[in-house]
Amino acid sequence: MSSQGIILADLDGDRTWRLADYVKRGGYEALKKIIAEKIPADEIIGEVKKSGLRGRGGAGFPTGLKWSFMPRAFPGAKYLACNSDEGEPGTFKDRDILRYNPHTVIEGMIIAGYAMGCERGYNYIHGEIFEVYDRFEEALAEAREAGLLGRNILGSDFSFDLFAHHGYGAYICGEETALLESIEGKKGQPRFKPPFPASFGLYGKPTTINNTETFASIPYIIREGGDAFLALGKPNNGGTKLFSVSGHVNKPGNYEIPLGTPFSVLLEMAGGIRGGRKLKAVIPGGSSAPVLPGAVMMDCTMDYDSISKAGSMLGSGAVIVMDESTCMVKALERLSYFYFEESCGQCTPCREGTGWLYRVVHRIENGLGRPDDLDLLNSVTANIMGRTICALGDAASMPVQSFVKHFGDEFAFHIEHKKCLVPPQVQYEGSKIYVA
Amino acid sequence: MLEIEIDGKQLQVSDGSTVMEAAATVGAYVPHFCYHKKLSIAANCRMCLVQVEKAPKPLPACATPVTNGMKVWTHSEQAVKAQKGVMEFLLINHPLDCPVCDQGGECQLQDLSVGYGGAQSRYEEEKRVVGNKNLGPLVSTDMTRCINCTRCVRFTTEIAGLMELGQAFRGEHAEIMPFVEKTVDSELSGNIIDLCPVGALTSKPFRFAARAWEMSRRKSISPHDSLGSNLIVQVKHDVVKRVLPLENEAVNECWLSDKDRFSYEGLNGEDRLKRPMVKQGGAWIETDWQTAMDYVVRGLKGIRADHGPESIGALGSPHSTLEELFLLQSVVRGLGSGNVDFRLRQSDFSADGRMKGAPWLGMSVSEIAGLDRLLIVGSFFRKDHPLVAQRVRQAVKKGLKVSAINPAFDDWQFALQNQLCVSPSEMSAALAKVLKALVEQGSAALSPEFQALVDSVQVDEQALAIARSLGSGRRVAVWMGNYAVQHQDGVALHALASEIARLSGGRFGVLGEAANSVGGYLAGAVPFGAVSGKNASEMLSTPLKAYVLLGIEPEFDLRDAVAARKAFGAAEMVVMLSAFKFEEALGYADVMLPVSPFTETGGAFVNCEGRTQSFHPVVKNTGDSRPAWKVLRVLGEALGLGNFDYESVDAVRAQILGASGSVDPFRLSNDIDIEPLNPAGVSQGLQRVADIPIHFADPLVRRSAPLQATKDSEAPFARISPATLKTLGLNAGDKVVVRSVSGSATVVVSEDEGVAAGCVRLAAAHSSTWALGSLNGEVSVERI
Ligand SMILES: Cc1cc2nc3c(=O)[nH]c(=O)nc-3n(C[C@H](O)[C@H](O)[C@H](O)COP(=O)(O)O)c2cc1C
Ligand code: SF4
Ligand code: FES
Repeated sequence: MSSQGIILADLDGDRTWRLADYVKRGGYEALKKIIAEKIPADEIIGEVKKSGLRGRGGAGFPTGLKWSFMPRAFPGAKYLACNSDEGEPGTFKDRDILRYNPHTVIEGMIIAGYAMGCERGYNYIHGEIFEVYDRFEEALAEAREAGLLGRNILGSDFSFDLFAHHGYGAYICGEETALLESIEGKKGQPRFKPPFPASFGLYGKPTTINNTETFASIPYIIREGGDAFLALGKPNNGGTKLFSVSGHVNKPGNYEIPLGTPFSVLLEMAGGIRGGRKLKAVIPGGSSAPVLPGAVMMDCTMDYDSISKAGSMLGSGAVIVMDESTCMVKALERLSYFYFEESCGQCTPCREGTGWLYRVVHRIENGLGRPDDLDLLNSVTANIMGRTICALGDAASMPVQSFVKHFGDEFAFHIEHKKCLVPPQVQYEGSKIYVA
Repeated sequence: MLEIEIDGKQLQVSDGSTVMEAAATVGAYVPHFCYHKKLSIAANCRMCLVQVEKAPKPLPACATPVTNGMKVWTHSEQAVKAQKGVMEFLLINHPLDCPVCDQGGECQLQDLSVGYGGAQSRYEEEKRVVGNKNLGPLVSTDMTRCINCTRCVRFTTEIAGLMELGQAFRGEHAEIMPFVEKTVDSELSGNIIDLCPVGALTSKPFRFAARAWEMSRRKSISPHDSLGSNLIVQVKHDVVKRVLPLENEAVNECWLSDKDRFSYEGLNGEDRLKRPMVKQGGAWIETDWQTAMDYVVRGLKGIRADHGPESIGALGSPHSTLEELFLLQSVVRGLGSGNVDFRLRQSDFSADGRMKGAPWLGMSVSEIAGLDRLLIVGSFFRKDHPLVAQRVRQAVKKGLKVSAINPAFDDWQFALQNQLCVSPSEMSAALAKVLKALVEQGSAALSPEFQALVDSVQVDEQALAIARSLGSGRRVAVWMGNYAVQHQDGVALHALASEIARLSGGRFGVLGEAANSVGGYLAGAVPFGAVSGKNASEMLSTPLKAYVLLGIEPEFDLRDAVAARKAFGAAEMVVMLSAFKFEEALGYADVMLPVSPFTETGGAFVNCEGRTQSFHPVVKNTGDSRPAWKVLRVLGEALGLGNFDYESVDAVRAQILGASGSVDPFRLSNDIDIEPLNPAGVSQGLQRVADIPIHFADPLVRRSAPLQATKDSEAPFARISPATLKTLGLNAGDKVVVRSVSGSATVVVSEDEGVAAGCVRLAAAHSSTWALGSLNGEVSVERI
């Protein structure tokens, strides 16, 4: 974990998750300022817009704009949900935020609740991280105790309460409407949109869902101003962002860096490629983002626009680094298996198509590929993309399309020779557990 | 209104329409599976993808709201490509076993695959196999064929009101299933067979009986409850193979109750009566019509000569046609008697001669959707009126608030705002309390006839809540259920309920027990009017010399089986016109004339809203059986009664209804000349509450083996509330003897919180309980 930013900064104590520690770092100042100065909601949303903050959950949607969709004047309940489901392979940043700095998420959510007129929020925490869940509950208790949550926060007439919801570990529950279904106690299946959550969300009430890191960025924006946040990054890509770097690097971990930092710098921070091998490919934004060849990546800066121009997505900021010892067919087989297993099964193209994709990649990997299998993969992905209820269908297709596009030769070799282009011994060396 | 262009055609649609609905209005067919106009939108099959101008990808027509100026292409290259892509996905794991699938020939997947499927599959891996589920005796499963459209899931939750099916597991492992170890027990379950677009859910009784294209489709009307669901009867080689709904938005919409759908299984059982039979010297012999009719004519003439015409009486089933009931009463009246009735389970006839018309729902069935307050008095509503209850359930979702006053409640699968559970003898007082609360809060003045009764009661919390509810409504109705009509104070309840309706500015209605509960009045099958006589109760309590019974099985269909058996046993002649050779009656009947069930005759039923629905025979007569209207016509002529020369059943109907063939609205009325009401005595003993379970209600449904295998057909329990069980010193599971003044029944006790204190709910119309005699009154319960 290392930070040149705001969320993971100054977390070197051993009780950084405690309220007292957070307050020492300037925590809850933003909230206190809002309450003391009675800052109007519009002004807060304006500040968030100005900051250029884009959703950290994957889609990169401008947060201020999303907040402005909430019908503030709508009578009755309105809800806020924080998406800490973090199930995307390669992504492990929200877990660290909640583990070391939970109060920044709580403060961010209280401010969001204030700005959008919500009285209640839920933090949906991934089902397989127990310690993080317990710690968040503790943080909530601290905040309630301190009058930061509940009725009449800090003596004002603003009330907001926040609850943690522990999921069961299904990837699909990270999709925002499946997440809402799950909170409602139903099977986690995405809803068809429209209607969007801002008009028909949790229990049918207007709801805003943001990622953990998105909320965690809010206190800074309010404390220091939207412009200050924007200035941390680059235009249209405000702020710093956490990148979960994994794969064939010497120092995998979370790195908080300004958006716009060159990929090469990030790679260096992560200790470079293991064993001095050559970079082969990078998935820059979590397993659903298209893979990019190493050379292309080396020319990119880590921000939404640059990665998108290169043909991929910044996504959740999970950077999966693959060196030359990687068999791309095997890598894709693993990814395809994930989506096949995680499809909710509701809509036809994803339910039927993810299994088909996996089986075709699986047979190629196992030397049973057929000459027209690459065309078949392209055609099946084309029939899934854009035809499903939620974006999991796209998420399952993009890796397949991009692997086949950029590493088609390797797939063709597999089909023709019924074995890997990368010799097994090389793969084995590359996959050895790394001992520093 | 919104402007939209679909496939180049301009049209206007109302706000909130979907592209699918808009397309339907211009006749553009958008292929679909999960979409169903009566169910919520799931948008999961993705078959309905269409091209929309400016949309980057194809959109599902079923779920996409129309926006102004939208341009849609349902069959453009982009749309068809998407549709074909989805079809391929649907087929890769489908077994394609059409030749051995019951759905073959009427399968949406099969039909659409002709247009959108490839000739050759690109999927060569192993196909998915899904284990079958036990959904009960009515629905057969082949889950490997399931395309996960979730129509069945949405039906049980949204229409039947109880979540009995769900989609378990994820992704490719997703399966539709009931709860563990549970079946689908809704009284509407058969509809999921129609809804399933593939052969995953098919009819268990019909399984492999015929192919869809081998059967002819003939229209008919259900002879069971008072709604008169419209049917398509499917026939092969003159045998009824299957019954499906005929869509009629005003009546049954696109649904059927299981009773409507599966009762046909009772048509052709072992005990179907195929030849006339007469008893000679204590032995039954089969004979021809001539002999049997001579026997009847001689018998009736002789009895009339010896004992006078008033010694002859007739009882007709309310499931008989209008024409049958009319001719039955014509024969009786032709003989000079007024002893005729079809209100077989009723006990209070004190309004006879004071009624202004035939009691009816007081509104049309389709108006239910617009109600905002409803009070139901004395009804086993969900099981007695499955599809009317379904309409109420939908209305409740739109804000209808329902209250009910009953001696026993089941779960109706919609929320009741007020639920007042009182013993039978307290029912009129309970209504009087509501009335009093209405008077106290309201504007309209109470009619003086109610004053004494109203003065005798104190308003309580619950009565007040019901009165408030009704008082705050704008479209209010108060309905009498079958139980209330059969109740010992039925007329008082009727008067009170109608006064409650009047004071709350609502409409008053009677739900009606059977297919022809309204029609029987119009046919004159009642002992008042032209020639008056004894009612159904009096005909049993003061025995007659001759009885003509039409479509009745006395032990199950009459109010007091014990009195009936006594009366019939002592009579000189009992003539039964029946489709079935009813075992119990062999002892006391003298003649059995085989008459047609509804599938073999023509006629009409008048449903609860006063709608006349006529139907034709769908199959030929079985054996020597004849339509009852013909038998009665011939009988009338043979008796020399005159005026029986009808050429057709239509001519009989014209005689009853006039040339229009529909009911003159003036003949429908729930008004009666009320006499002052007095407080009823409250019973101190244990009171019986008798329901008529849905599949025990008439001779045909009692013979349907699949329906008799459902949960609804379990042998009756003595259902008692926990508190009353305690006072009686009984436990659930105890075997007990229930005794009434007339007899006893041995049954098992079950605990039922829905039963009023001091009551035993014990179903009637069953072989284990008829010996108790009357449907109501005091009983004792003793453990054995
Ligand atoms: C299959 C799928 C899984 C997702 N998983 C997550 C997740 O684990 N965490 C997350 O924040 N967003 C996830 N998302 C994105 C959310 O739907 C949503 O866009 C996001 O939470 C919005 O927050 P943001 O605007 O702050 O990014 C997922 C989306 C899909 C389609
Ligand atoms: S795309 Fe997949 S995960 Fe998303 S709704 Fe459809 S089946 Fe479920
Ligand atoms: S009919 Fe529209 S998605 Fe199924």
